[in-house]
Amino acid sequence: MLTLEGVDAGYGRVQVLRGLSFEARAGEVTCVMGRNGAGKTTMLRAIMGQVAVTSGRIRLDGAALEGLAPHRIPQLGIGHVPQGRRLFGPLTVAENLEIGLMTRGRGSRTRERVLELFPRLRERLDQAASTLSGGEQQMLAIGRALCLEPKLLLLDEPTEGLQPSMIALIRDTVRRLRGMGVAVVLVEQRIEAVLDLADRVAFVETGRVALTLPAADLSPAAPQFARYVGV
Amino acid sequence: MDFGPFLLLAVMEGLVGAAVLALTASGLSLVFGVLRVVNVAHGEFFMLGAVAAWFVSQWVPGPPALAFAVALVACPLLVAGLAALADRLVLKRLAYEPEATIIATIGLLYILQQAALTLYGPEARPVPPPFEARLQLPWFGWSGYKLFVIGAAGAVLAGLWLLLARSRIGLVMRATQIDRETATAFGIDVDRVYAGTFALGAALAAIAAVLIVPIQQAHYLMGGDPLLLSFIVVVIGGLGSLRGTLVAALLIGVSDGVISTFFEPTLAKILATLLVALVLVFRPQGLFGARA
Repeated sequence: MLTLEGVDAGYGRVQVLRGLSFEARAGEVTCVMGRNGAGKTTMLRAIMGQVAVTSGRIRLDGAALEGLAPHRIPQLGIGHVPQGRRLFGPLTVAENLEIGLMTRGRGSRTRERVLELFPRLRERLDQAASTLSGGEQQMLAIGRALCLEPKLLLLDEPTEGLQPSMIALIRDTVRRLRGMGVAVVLVEQRIEAVLDLADRVAFVETGRVALTLPAADLSPAAPQFARYVGV
Repeated sequence: MDFGPFLLLAVMEGLVGAAVLALTASGLSLVFGVLRVVNVAHGEFFMLGAVAAWFVSQWVPGPPALAFAVALVACPLLVAGLAALADRLVLKRLAYEPEATIIATIGLLYILQQAALTLYGPEARPVPPPFEARLQLPWFGWSGYKLFVIGAAGAVLAGLWLLLARSRIGLVMRATQIDRETATAFGIDVDRVYAGTFALGAALAAIAAVLIVPIQQAHYLMGGDPLLLSFIVVVIGGLGSLRGTLVAALLIGVSDGVISTFFEPTLAKILATLLVALVLVFRPQGLFGARA
């Protein structure tokens, strides 16, 4: 599905990713863990074409992503839920979803599916996104990305700052997407969330994936968490 | 004439100015709102619209109404095309960086102005109105064409509002205005949105010019006043706020008409500039702008 091979990327003269290699497979949740500044978010941004990739290859089902115009990348079926959600705050919930539907969605069918997944959004369709609660905003951020009918979904710390019931809902959604064959890349710092959801865990350190393990091989007390995440 | 009818006449004259100013300033506001570019060459797009309307009036045979109708369609399209070219050749290459684009659009201002001087000449030339009609009120008669200008500008502004608030193109423009990077992450080609918005802003200025040129004459230096007044309107209304732009255009246009009629046009400009200074001191985000 998605492979990154020897990717170097960064911001101006600051190189963040240094020969990073990574793989995400259809119908699997791959969690990405690492300390702050390790390059997790930059990896997602490099996939989306939002930071300059100076060398290496990024492939989605064999098609090259590096060098593509950034707006072409979501058209290939990649949804991105960035850190901090980055909703279009002054736009309504319906308009935020409409933006997602424009590129790849199948119109009302996709919209209905998203609203079935997050019924709370249906009650808020005419409300400005900025006036939603934190949990509702995260639902909208994920719902908007799902409007792209993604085959690959990139989630950057989607449960950060949310109450437990909302975290459970988002985890449930991730499981359902995995069941539908979507490849999910989840940047997450909570060990219990990782062990609950992940099929594989990639540990990122100083701009490269230092280790990838099946989640089944990890326990809450696994030394890799202390080594690479510091928890 | 008694004071009441005289005031009514001043307000009606002011409304003509306000209508044209609202169109011109909406273009400037739209470009700033979406691209974050302060387009110093905006007045020259206005001038080009007027000059192009004069050429059309010379080339299209038949009644003035036909030439006017052709000008009303062709001149904004021509100016929009030039603006899109300027976007591609200049603004995009500067990555829409705010400071650099100010300098670049100052350069564009001089290029367009001197090109007009070369091709059109230094004379002020009249363009005939599309029709001669007189609105006879009990106290005075008034040009029917001026009434048409107010109506046409209102119709274009209503169309602009519908485009921005009710169409998919408008939604894409608003999303790009809010967050360019996230818009890109949803498949929106931001470069195309920017080029389209810059062209639309220029086209609005050109429409305003085509409407006003039967009242004012076409001249290669005529872009200065609309630019200054548009800046005043956009600052008072709030940068990037279309609603604020319309309210401020009405305020400045009508007060300009009334003060110019009863006192001096220069006094109207002094008061408008003073109002801008007051807004910048006490409400820097403008009357309807969001606080940064």
